[in-house]
Formats: sequence, structure tokens, C-alpha cells
Amino acid sequence: MEADNPAQIPLVSYLRLGSRPHLIANECTNCGARFFDRRNACAQCGKREFTEVQVENGATLKAFTIVHRAAPGIPAPYVSAIVETEDGTSVRSNVVDCDPDPEVVQLGMRLKLTTYPIGTDDDGTEAIAFGYRPA
Amino acid sequence: MAPTEHSKAPESTPGPSAGRISDDSVWILGTNMTRFGRYPDKDAVDLAAEASMAALDDGSVTIHDMDVLAAGSLFNASNGMGQRIQKQIGQTGIPVFNVTNACATGATALRAVYLSIRAGEADMGLAVGVEQMGKMGLLGAAGAKKEKKVFEPSGRYGAVTGIDGYIGTEGMPGVFAQAGMEYANDCDGVGFEQFARVAYKNHLHSTLNPLAQYRKEFTMEEIMASPTMSYPNTLLMCCPTGDGAAAAVLISGQRLKGMPTEVRRRAVKISASVLTSDPYTESSQVQPDVNTLTRNAAAKAYETAGVAPEDLDLVELHDCFATAELIHYDNLGLCERGGAGDFIDSGAPFRDGTTPVNVSGGLISKGHPIGATGVANVYEVTTHLRGEAEDRQIPDAKVGLAHVIGLGSACGIHILEKAAV
Repeated sequence: MEADNPAQIPLVSYLRLGSRPHLIANECTNCGARFFDRRNACAQCGKREFTEVQVENGATLKAFTIVHRAAPGIPAPYVSAIVETEDGTSVRSNVVDCDPDPEVVQLGMRLKLTTYPIGTDDDGTEAIAFGYRPA
Repeated sequence: MAPTEHSKAPESTPGPSAGRISDDSVWILGTNMTRFGRYPDKDAVDLAAEASMAALDDGSVTIHDMDVLAAGSLFNASNGMGQRIQKQIGQTGIPVFNVTNACATGATALRAVYLSIRAGEADMGLAVGVEQMGKMGLLGAAGAKKEKKVFEPSGRYGAVTGIDGYIGTEGMPGVFAQAGMEYANDCDGVGFEQFARVAYKNHLHSTLNPLAQYRKEFTMEEIMASPTMSYPNTLLMCCPTGDGAAAAVLISGQRLKGMPTEVRRRAVKISASVLTSDPYTESSQVQPDVNTLTRNAAAKAYETAGVAPEDLDLVELHDCFATAELIHYDNLGLCERGGAGDFIDSGAPFRDGTTPVNVSGGLISKGHPIGATGVANVYEVTTHLRGEAEDRQIPDAKVGLAHVIGLGSACGIHILEKAAV
């Protein structure tokens, strides 16, 4: 949560808002494996020390699907994707600002992290999600 | 484990080839499955008991011959399914394992019995898989939580609301669509049409299987034009929910030797029983990796059985979605690396092709009552190896492979061989 903007809250804690929104990860200090949640030991090497790192905002589209039959309350169709950031981290995300059309969404396309509001609570706090848009 | 009065294992009538059965081998003695479908007038215990009784009858044994029972179920697992089955078919006090392991649940139950026999704790055991799903709808798509009045971070990701649909999809058609599209990204000649052809094949195959939930042929055009669930998976490229059960009686080689020739002749050898989970891969932290653990399981299964992919006369693999089947051609080594598109286009996995895949109709058309699936595909392969598959029989089938994968992930592979007795 950003102290300087109490009216906004990130959808997930690994999204950091502010002037340059970005994702953070827990990186294993031994092997460099990255995790968006907490781990007791590294899933790759078993070492137990992690450091918080900033994930690059630029990315490439590795896989996608266009979801027509979505979970209740979710606008459809939308583009679900696995992207690989410029520093080699896989991220699950939606592709936004892009027609949900297989002729438009292209494997390998260049993307960039963006944020957008998804709702406001009764206190007026806005939830902010991240997505990747065509670069 | 002394034979009871119910045992039909007379030691006095060994067949002429009993000596070819090694003591520490494990065999399928009897097996059965219900037709998959919807059974609103039965419950999961009824279905499991029906398949269990029929499998015992098929092996000419009774529950009183069993030393162990493993019951696999995903959605019906928390209430002592194994013990409830015993109350239907015979409470003999044997150890019961209630098993759940996502879509690999049935295979894991089978393997629990296999391990008990290999460990010397059992001579015979019953594995049953069952599920009653009704019309559950789309799995994995839990939906956004009921909107809170105040956004508060919770859970491992500090999410303020449900993330499915905001951070990609958690729906099964979409998760497997992405796995297929990742393969399409890496390999030439793989696209919507190749995925659709998988569904075309399995619907076609199912018309010959009286146990299949659906038995209707569809054209490529119908498949491609059916409603998109998660591109490229259309409705006709997705398995249905359903109800059903499957069971198998396993027996040690040592004990099989003492069985009557006519019983022994129908026994099918389990040449490999393998279970893997997903090892660390970078991308599997954010999406299930259904490939690596399948490749690992396949390598171990082939090595254990001394069988190569080209030796397989039929394969039942986990086609929960058309995109999944295509990538498993590659993962199971049925085609050249990267060659799954050419493999389906060449007709190889059709029932008259070089490596028939999912001649039962597969999960897409036979159905996928989750806990039952990993036993039902062993039933299918066994039935072909016995030469008892009637209209859908693959001629002269001697070796077959059954594969399941559950997200999370778990992969079970069993390689089965026709009895040489």
C-alpha cells in the first residue's frame, strides 16, 4: 500500500504502485530463482535466503488463451497470458489494451507492464490491478 | 494373507506356463468400469461398489481375497470412501487408503495397491476410482470473492479480491490452452486446426465405445465452430464433467501362478508403475508445468518396462483438453521432439494409425469423472490386451500405456503387457 496515496491499494502485494508501478519478487540469493509469494526454502536449490528484487516491466508474450467462459463477475472475453520479462521472470497476467482476437494477439509480441483500476470499496479505496499492454 | 475359504486360487492347478511368471511381478487380475455419464439416482458409493464387485467377479475372486483396498476420489474423498465401499461389498478389516491426487487420483490409488504388493504386505488388492460430479460446470474458475466492503490484503499473494480473471485465468480450459499455445510458440505446424483434429479423432473413436459418456462424431467444422471456452479450446475440445467408477484387482506374480489357467490367461502384467510430481522449473511458479513431470515419468516407465514408444500398440493419455493431448504426444515420446502437429496431421494417433491414442474416446468424449479416470484408462488398455474390446479392439495389441496428469502437479503412468501365459 502506498502511503502517499491511501485511496489506492494493489490487487496483490507483489504489485508496487507509485510513480513507476512494478512487480517485486523474492529472489533466492543463491540461485536467483524468483517467487511472488513467500517460500521457506528455494524450490530450486533449497537454500533459505531471499532478497526482494524489482522485476523488469518489459516483457514478451510466451503463451496466451482468450477466455470466453470466464469466472463469475469477470468481463469476457479477455486475454490470459504467460509473459517472460526482460530479466527472464515468468509472470501470469492478462494482456490488456489489445483486442481479444487470435489474429491480433501474437506469440512473441513485445509487452509492457501497466496498471488499471478494477473496483472501489465502501471506503473509497480503489483496487489497482496490473496487466501487460502491447509495447 | 492366508487364502480364505472364499479364495479361488487352487494351488493344485498351475498352468503349463506358470513358471514364466516372476514372483515379484504385479498383475491385473480383474477390472471393470461403469459407463461414464450422469447418474442422478445413484451416489458415488453405489458407483464404486458396482465397479468393485464387477472387477472382483472378473478376476474370479472376492473381497475376502483382498489384502488391501485403495479408493481414489477427488470431490468425494473426505468421507472415508474406501470404508464406505467396504460397507457395501464386505467389511473385512483390511487396510484402506483413501487417495486424492488431483486428476492422477485413480492412478495413485492403483499404485498404492501396486506398492503394497511389491512391499510384500499384500498378495492381492483392490483399487477403485470414483467420482460423482453432476453438472459442476467449469472447474478451476472459482470466481471473484464476494466483493468486500473494504479491500484488505489476504492470502499468500496479499490479494484484495479474487484474482482469477484479473491475473490470467485459473479455469482449466484456459490453463491447458496456454500449455498448448506455449508448444505452438515453440514448434512449427501446430495451431488451432491441429488441436481441433485431436478432438475430431476422440469423438470419432468414442462412437465405438459403449462405455463412453458421449458417442457422437463431429466434423472438423463443427468442432472449430462450437463455442470458444478458452481459445483455442472450443466446447467440443473440452472434456465434460460426469459420474462413474472404475476398479482393478491386482495380484502378485507369486499368487497368480496358483490361479487356474483360464484366470491366468486373462491376467495383464503391470510392467511399469510410475508416479512423479513437478520438479522445479522457472515458469512453473506461475503456471502448472504439465510437460516436465510427464517426460520424467515416461522416461522412467519406458526404462522400467524395457519398452520403447514405438513398441506401444495403444496409448490412453490425459486429453482433458485437445491442447493437452497434442503436447503429450511429444511428452510421451510418441513423436519426434516438436513434431506433435505433424503426428496428428499424419493420422498416426487414429485407431488405424501407427500409434492409436485414446481409442476409448478419451476424456474428451468417454468422459472424465476425475477419481475414476486413472483406473478407467488402465481398464481400457487391459481390455485391449485381453482381446476383449469388441468393436473398438486394436488388433493383436500386446503392449499399452496409460497416462494421467493432475494439476499441481502429479503424473501417473502405467505400462501394461499382455500375459505370455
